[in-house]
Amino acid sequence: MQEVVMPFNNQEMALLCLLVPLLPFIGFLINGLGNRKLPKALVGMLGSGTVLASFLISVYLFIDFTSNGSRPYIVDLYNWFTVGSLEIGFSFMIDQLTLLMLLMVTGIGFLIHVYSAGYMSHDEGYGKFFAYLNLFMFSMLVLVMGSNYVMMFVGWEGVGLCSYLLIGFWNKNHNYNNAAKKAFIMNRIGDLGFLLAIFLIFITFGSVSFPEVFLSASQMSGMTDSGVMIAITMLLFVGAMGKSAQIPLFTWLPDAMAGPTPVSALIHAATMVTAGIYMVLRSNVLYVLAPTTMEFVAIIGLITALVAATIGLAQNDIKKVLAYSTVSQLGFMFLALGVMAFSSSIFHVLTHAFFKALLFLGAGSVIHAMSNEQDIRNMGGLRKWLPITFITFLIGTLAISGIPPFAGFFSKDELLAHVYEHNKLMWVGGLLASFMTAFYMFRLLFLTFFGKFRGTEAQRSHLHESPSSMTIPLIVLAILSTIGGFIGLPAVFSDTHTLGNFLSPIYDLARRANGAAMEAPHIDHATEYMLMGISVVVSLVAITIAYVLYVKKETVPAPEGTRLSPIHNLIYNKYYIDEIYDTVFVRPVMALSTALHRFVDVVVVDGIVNGFGKLVMAFGRVLRQTQSGVTGFYVFVMVASIVLILFLNFFIG
Amino acid sequence: MNQMPDVIRTIPLEFYLYFSTALFAIGVIGVLTRRNAIVIFMCVELMLNAVNLLMVALSSYRSDPNGQIFVFFIMAVAAAEVTVGLAIIVMIYRNIRSTDVQLMNYLKW
Repeated sequence: MQEVVMPFNNQEMALLCLLVPLLPFIGFLINGLGNRKLPKALVGMLGSGTVLASFLISVYLFIDFTSNGSRPYIVDLYNWFTVGSLEIGFSFMIDQLTLLMLLMVTGIGFLIHVYSAGYMSHDEGYGKFFAYLNLFMFSMLVLVMGSNYVMMFVGWEGVGLCSYLLIGFWNKNHNYNNAAKKAFIMNRIGDLGFLLAIFLIFITFGSVSFPEVFLSASQMSGMTDSGVMIAITMLLFVGAMGKSAQIPLFTWLPDAMAGPTPVSALIHAATMVTAGIYMVLRSNVLYVLAPTTMEFVAIIGLITALVAATIGLAQNDIKKVLAYSTVSQLGFMFLALGVMAFSSSIFHVLTHAFFKALLFLGAGSVIHAMSNEQDIRNMGGLRKWLPITFITFLIGTLAISGIPPFAGFFSKDELLAHVYEHNKLMWVGGLLASFMTAFYMFRLLFLTFFGKFRGTEAQRSHLHESPSSMTIPLIVLAILSTIGGFIGLPAVFSDTHTLGNFLSPIYDLARRANGAAMEAPHIDHATEYMLMGISVVVSLVAITIAYVLYVKKETVPAPEGTRLSPIHNLIYNKYYIDEIYDTVFVRPVMALSTALHRFVDVVVVDGIVNGFGKLVMAFGRVLRQTQSGVTGFYVFVMVASIVLILFLNFFIG
Repeated sequence: MNQMPDVIRTIPLEFYLYFSTALFAIGVIGVLTRRNAIVIFMCVELMLNAVNLLMVALSSYRSDPNGQIFVFFIMAVAAAEVTVGLAIIVMIYRNIRSTDVQLMNYLKW
């Protein structure tokens, strides 16, 4: 970010900026309101068309931005609300990071919308699906465009809501609803951290708008590693942990695979889960002022990458494997953030978005062809029937495994090089995770597309390549996964790191705040070649092992119920983390609420309310005895009362 | 008090008060003790007339005609009341073949 953020007076450009998130929102309104009444073709056109328009506007904004000297600007639409000294403007900030995210979100979003038109064509909730998807696009765009933390939070919550709605999209299935609730609640824990961070930022800096906060943070002296900076960054990171599925809040992401596959691709792989990385990156000034947090971020990222990768080794559900690989890759990104390799992190976000969206869409294509079968033990040999899916999936797998020249190689290699500079031990951990990634991804590929078909006869007769609305996005993403890495060539191949140079201005303030921390690592070429060589060799070894195991020996993972070795069993059951959470958190909370229900609610609250009722009833029961129905008695009481009144009146009054 | 005829003055006001009080008390006791609806009804009339008598007496002694005019109203209303009351008693008799008020104890919880 540059020191001076331009105020913005160009009406046409302001309108264009507004249209970027507004168009998907209009799509959401039309599709949502016309849910079952609009014809499917129109729904698909509207849903994809609005996102395509947003993408084209983003491209225009990008070109305009770069041709006008790359000066960030703020589009201040109106003053949203003012409370005391807190002023929240409804405004967008356009800078390098925003534009990059915009292009990624709208571009991949558009491809996935097109894919969904084919994938969801038989679903009765077609209109609902596109409405939710458009709402997601809107929220995500608000998240990346907002020029203050509150706007970001609005988008943040919006994407969380859409994630919930889409995970539980097939809401007739109880398990899916539980998965949706799990995702929502886990995210809520993170959101609390984010919210507290916003409060703390406001208290510390007196503003929540990005330019003001970062400027004052960079100018305050003695802030480096002060308690308040650590608190702010830690709390922000808690938010990022929830959204980006880091340990300990990662268990929702694998369960989120209950949603339709395009949703897994768009929300739970390519875009929403990277919101945490975007947020940390956006707050880079604050993070460089808190090296302690950075170290913590790196450690969490590394542990997540390792744990998720090991779990991925033993999963048999095609989407679960991809889900754990997503968690693992997100761990890599946080590892990069933690070692202050900000550009490498966003580079990996970008390439990961390409190949992970590709892999998920490929998996969707496989599931579509296999009549909703997701277990890789029942697949095999599919490359004969699904040639396009196979080739694109292969490209995605090569990319994620870090084989040159595919996109993942460059980003992961750059990332690991930075880690190597920072801490050799972390580098070994990262290398190990990358080894496992290559292994389980190729295990998935071999089990799905090679060998003999292991499914039922009914599935075999139904096998078919997906329609073109599904294969075209696959092909486009495959191309991107192949060439996407060239925007960030390592120093040994090229003098200019296109992406790094482009993003460099957003770290200006961070450099001023804590210049020492932001020093780019100087790796000599020999080391760089060596690191590259090592990571490629490691991946190749992993692929070879997978090839020998699953193609040569045709091993098929053991069916359910087989006794596994203890370690295998531990990994297969995801380290029993869900069970541990269940015991440590869920059960005590449930027990507490049951106890509160039994004692406070039933005994105390109900006791008081029912007690009043019972008291009135008891009085009534006594008093009704006076209503004997004998007229003489009534008259007597009347006379006696009159006499009493007169008597009292006479002697007292 | 100056226009009051002498003949009235021969009986002092106190006598009227005692008499109407006695009449009223008899009526009250009758209402409380008797079970026959017709007798109770007559006792009610007795109480009404006790009040009437009191009003007329006071009206005369104070030379204020308002009391006597009021008495006319009471008599008119009482006449109407008698018809309604007797009709009710007749209906009670037709229903339970008796005019004993103790038997009419349906108005209870």
